[in-house]
Amino acid sequence: MIFGFITNLIAGTMANGSVRAVSDTVHASASHGESGSSGNWIIEHVADSHTLDFSPFGKIVLPHFAPIHLAGLTINMSLTKHVVMLWIVGVILFVVMKIAASSYKRSLIPGKFASAVEMLIIFVRDEIVIAAIGEKGRKFLPYFLTLFFFILFSNLFGMVPYASTPTGNINVTASLAIIAFLVIQISGIMQYGLGGYFKGLVPPGIPAFVIPVMVIVEVLGLFTKPFALCVRLFANMIAGHIVIFSLIGLIFIFGTIFIAPISIGFALFIDLLELLVATIQAYIFTMLTALFVGMAVHQEH
Amino acid sequence: MLQLNPGVIIWTAITFGLLLVLLRATAWKPILKALDDREGNIRKSIERAEEAKREAERLLEENRKSRNEAEERAQQLIREAKELSEKVRSEAVSKAQVDANRLLDKARSEIERDKQQALEQLHGVVAELAVKAAEKILKESMDNAKQKKLVEGFLSTMEKN
Repeated sequence: MIFGFITNLIAGTMANGSVRAVSDTVHASASHGESGSSGNWIIEHVADSHTLDFSPFGKIVLPHFAPIHLAGLTINMSLTKHVVMLWIVGVILFVVMKIAASSYKRSLIPGKFASAVEMLIIFVRDEIVIAAIGEKGRKFLPYFLTLFFFILFSNLFGMVPYASTPTGNINVTASLAIIAFLVIQISGIMQYGLGGYFKGLVPPGIPAFVIPVMVIVEVLGLFTKPFALCVRLFANMIAGHIVIFSLIGLIFIFGTIFIAPISIGFALFIDLLELLVATIQAYIFTMLTALFVGMAVHQEH
Repeated sequence: MLQLNPGVIIWTAITFGLLLVLLRATAWKPILKALDDREGNIRKSIERAEEAKREAERLLEENRKSRNEAEERAQQLIREAKELSEKVRSEAVSKAQVDANRLLDKARSEIERDKQQALEQLHGVVAELAVKAAEKILKESMDNAKQKKLVEGFLSTMEKN
């Protein structure tokens, strides 16, 4: 379904192994007159691109669309690697949840698979949303559940070979943060009305001369919170990948096979750490968003 | 790595929005509803069990109370029966006593009356005998002395009685 439109499969050099591909990139960057320790090949691997790299099996060049010029802004809606990954994550998430939901159609007692999903859903519901927002939070549950599982699956998807982490792209996390920002503001405005909400941002009972400063601080705070969300998730997800690539790259920089056991050992450790970080970051993003919505909905605190 | 690409931002937003709408309809609503239903079921079951337990305790208490009452009542009945039988017995005894006394009295008075009657009859018979004896004496024309002796002798026997 997703790959239906992709017809231009260009076969790569079939003989190359994926490790070979990394070594090629290192040698290529070295031959460009840069030092062997250049990190450009790492950046190429974690950065977004317009091709899906399945070397040694080939590459898929994603379709380009003409940029749209809107109000002086150039918007390039061309598909990128991370957009495709997002869609794959979306489909996986949809299928997983569909299977889990179908278990409840048969009986109120969930199956093994549904129980595992249910544990996370109950965790998001009771420990994150209701804990941070209260009973009012129930109407935000679909948003928070989607957010949590979307980030979790995206983070974990980076662990799959040939896949990459969509949340390791600052544009993706920025988009999630913008949505979070909108949800926070709209929830506050729905609760207190437009005027009431912005008036309530400044805590009552402070001296009049401080109010201008407080207004600036609070309004800045509205934007820094989602900005922090965005950068935190992006940096956490990309950092692990860069460390893993760096450890693997050590083998080629030293140019000896004897460094491999150390590199692989550390990379494996970081991989396991990534599993932990992926889960924790999904929790933190959802938890903080819920907390901010809770603060917007309960201004009295 | 850090360059902004509005296209990706928009694609992410579209993907997320679509996913939210799809998952909301197909997954979150049924799952959350099932969870709520199950929690409601569990809460109801617990409440029902609690109520059943209270009911059972109440019945048990009621049973115990009614058993105690029955036992008390039985004890009372036994006590009453005992008292009654005691009373009946003592009454019967006293009545028998009274009856016996009355019978005895009656027998005594009857004996007395009979005795009186017998004495009266005896007196009559004696007087007749005396008259007959006097006639006999007169007929046989006895001498005075003999006659007198005879009467006195007869009377003396009479007085002994």
